[in-house]
Amino acid sequence: MSSDVRFTDFKSDKQPTWCPGCGDFGTMNGMMKALAETGNDPDNTFVVAGIGCSGKIGTYMHSYALHGVHGRALPVGTGVKMARPDIEVMVAGGDGDGYSIGAGHFVHAVRRNVDMTYVVMDNRIYGLTKGQASPTSREDFETATTPEGPKQPPVNPHALALASGATFIAQSFSSDALRHQEIIQEAVEHDGFGFVNVYSPCVTFNDVDTYDYFRDSLVDLAEADHDPTDYDAAKDVILDSDKEYQGVIYQDENSVPYHEQHGVDEDMSDIPDGAPENATDLVREFY
Amino acid sequence: MAADFNWAVGGEAGDGIDSTGKIFAQALSRSGRHVFTSKDFASRIRGGYTAYKVRTSVDKVQSVVDRLDVLIALTPRTIEENLDELHEGSVIIYDGERTTMQNVEIPEGMIGIDVPLKRLAEEAGGAIMRNVVALGAACEVAEFPIENLDSALEKRFGDKGQKLVDNNKEAARAGQSYVAEEYDAEFEYDLETTDEDYVLLNGDEAIGMGAIAAGCRFYSGYPITPATDVMTYLTGRLERYGGHVVQAEDELSAINMALGAARGGARAMTATSGPGIDLMTETFGLVATSETPLVICNVMRSGPSTGMPTKQEQGDLNHMLYGGHGEVPRFVLTPTTVDECFWKTVEAFNLAEKYQLPVYLTADLSMAVTEQTFSPDAFDMDAVEVDRGFVVDDASVEEHLSESGGFQPHELTEDGISPRAFPGTVDGAHMSTGLEHDEQGRRTEDTEMRVEQVDKRNRKVETAKEREDWSPREFGDEDAENLVITWGSNEGALAEALDLLDEDGIDIRVLSVPYVFPRPDLTEDIEAADETIVVECNETGQFANLIERDALVRVDRINKYDGVRFKADELAREIKATLETGTEATQ
Repeated sequence: MSSDVRFTDFKSDKQPTWCPGCGDFGTMNGMMKALAETGNDPDNTFVVAGIGCSGKIGTYMHSYALHGVHGRALPVGTGVKMARPDIEVMVAGGDGDGYSIGAGHFVHAVRRNVDMTYVVMDNRIYGLTKGQASPTSREDFETATTPEGPKQPPVNPHALALASGATFIAQSFSSDALRHQEIIQEAVEHDGFGFVNVYSPCVTFNDVDTYDYFRDSLVDLAEADHDPTDYDAAKDVILDSDKEYQGVIYQDENSVPYHEQHGVDEDMSDIPDGAPENATDLVREFY
Repeated sequence: MAADFNWAVGGEAGDGIDSTGKIFAQALSRSGRHVFTSKDFASRIRGGYTAYKVRTSVDKVQSVVDRLDVLIALTPRTIEENLDELHEGSVIIYDGERTTMQNVEIPEGMIGIDVPLKRLAEEAGGAIMRNVVALGAACEVAEFPIENLDSALEKRFGDKGQKLVDNNKEAARAGQSYVAEEYDAEFEYDLETTDEDYVLLNGDEAIGMGAIAAGCRFYSGYPITPATDVMTYLTGRLERYGGHVVQAEDELSAINMALGAARGGARAMTATSGPGIDLMTETFGLVATSETPLVICNVMRSGPSTGMPTKQEQGDLNHMLYGGHGEVPRFVLTPTTVDECFWKTVEAFNLAEKYQLPVYLTADLSMAVTEQTFSPDAFDMDAVEVDRGFVVDDASVEEHLSESGGFQPHELTEDGISPRAFPGTVDGAHMSTGLEHDEQGRRTEDTEMRVEQVDKRNRKVETAKEREDWSPREFGDEDAENLVITWGSNEGALAEALDLLDEDGIDIRVLSVPYVFPRPDLTEDIEAADETIVVECNETGQFANLIERDALVRVDRINKYDGVRFKADELAREIKATLETGTEATQ
């Protein structure tokens, strides 16, 4: 690992095809800066991306990466980290990827507390398929497939995480570059599963949850006398549907990551040319 | 061939049937006798009935037969369920003091041995040992030295303390002496022992052991009958060898975790059965197009949908060959015996890494749950070879960089095989994707590159066809006019059927195929034969269809899809009938 890594080292030579003004630009910049700031370089970093506009991030970043199947990014990241505890793993996807098709994996990834970072680029819309309701869309948000709105409450990802035993829950806003980077960085440094939902506005298909909306309504927890280690305070923030927040909402200081719980600390890519030593013991067990 | 001996214990689910049967099988194995077991969940009446059957001989046994010599019946139903396998002189051991067994009628010509199992067990230290009392009684009936049972009891209960072991030994002896004292009859059985050392294991265990031997470090799975034993075997053991087992939230997750571990550079595997294969098919194409080495074990059971979860079938062949949208290169291995499950697992890992694609390692319910004896030499760990294929390190990575300096995991090579760089390799960073991609793994829709990448992936398969040995296993009479072809677990029953057919003067040549894709070309063999029959456990003849297409001929078929494996005597009858009529024999 070289000490002079710049965040631009994490940029690939592919130009993003995101719409001009898309929130994902800022989200990605913050991720790259956080990785560089925490002493990582592209050769020891593995990025897993989902499917959707957000899923393109694996193409635009430079690192070891897998751009997988819709909704299954977290299991892939889990496998990478278990096999390679020495590698920094960051998983990125959208609100559809994480809270709809991949919702089951989200709950269980939170429970496992694998030491990796999960960044959800939440724009409250399906953008790549040209504007259908997502699991975080508002109840009355009208789209081509929900002409009168979904008429269902949006998923509260932070509540889902807290209920699943999360050890790190945060919210950021892609346009607030400095705070976004700081929050991602805290997630990377967290000993366990660092979950950050990022408001990453879609300028093309969502005219409700806009930059202006978030700028006007966001309360920064860093300035609101919030103690993220206080579970009840975190619960109050998460269940407060009147306000939008940014910052670290909850962090369990006693988090024990999966690899410590299970003693998984070996680089599994290194194996001998033949059967492992003492493999004959396995045969003897069958006498 | 020495006379074989067929024994069973049967009762209700929850009666401890499995563990009782396993102890007896273990005792026989320890005594230097060959053993072949089967678990009978098959009820002719209603659910809840279960039996563990053991066939044993001093010679190798590799099939079940329609014959039962000694039956421990814990319920009246156990007798009813096995009436067609019991014969004149069969011995039925039962507890006449058990309420449900008080009025039991022993069929005419058979010998009922009424042993107060529960009472004797209580005297030895607890009613829970009543099945062990029955095992002691069985030892006396079969003239089988009870010391062998002691050794199996030590293995089973040793970690729970000497007291428990001693109580069980006492319980067994109580059963033995009760029969000796109360039944003066001379039984016709005399189970001789030998000095041979055998190991006793089932197909799932052989696959699990093969995975560890091959250097598999990561296993993720979701419980499903009949593949769960692979995961149970690996749990704790894989950790002893520096690996890890994860129980995933579903099969979608299981295959994606394994994919992640494989991208990390580990040898990774998942195992499941049909319903899980359906789910894993979602990610299967990604594994193939990202050129990720992965072993996916499919322990087949009866389908479709939930089907008959505890019944035999070989119905997933088409799915494994063709499942998934688009055109997906893959290998399909179909080990034909329990010991070959071990070696084909090792081979599956090598093939997956050498050709960087998903490999289906296929077993079926019969093979998965059958405990069979082998010489320990059948699993010679010194003979295990690990070939990781084309992997670059910090030094060699630079030979595979593009002009702009990017690593090329999908480099267009003559044999189709590109370099792999594990995370951490300096300058090896690259993206893998389910999108069509260029040599560096970057998305492309360029028409030329699309064609080049598709051709490259398929070229790997052609390379493998040339470089690897895909031969079938051959036995029987090599000059015979009649050819029987099979795949998967039918081999054992077929091998024994040959002996029976030989008695009728019918010579057969057998080709047992452990590779369905790529597979051996059997055209010449079929042309040289007067008659060819393909034997398999499905209705549509999925393998027979492939053979017909390969050789451009029609073959006869023997198909079984009632949920029960072929038995040697049944298969001999079917083959004889098919040869006589020359038309398709159907179930």
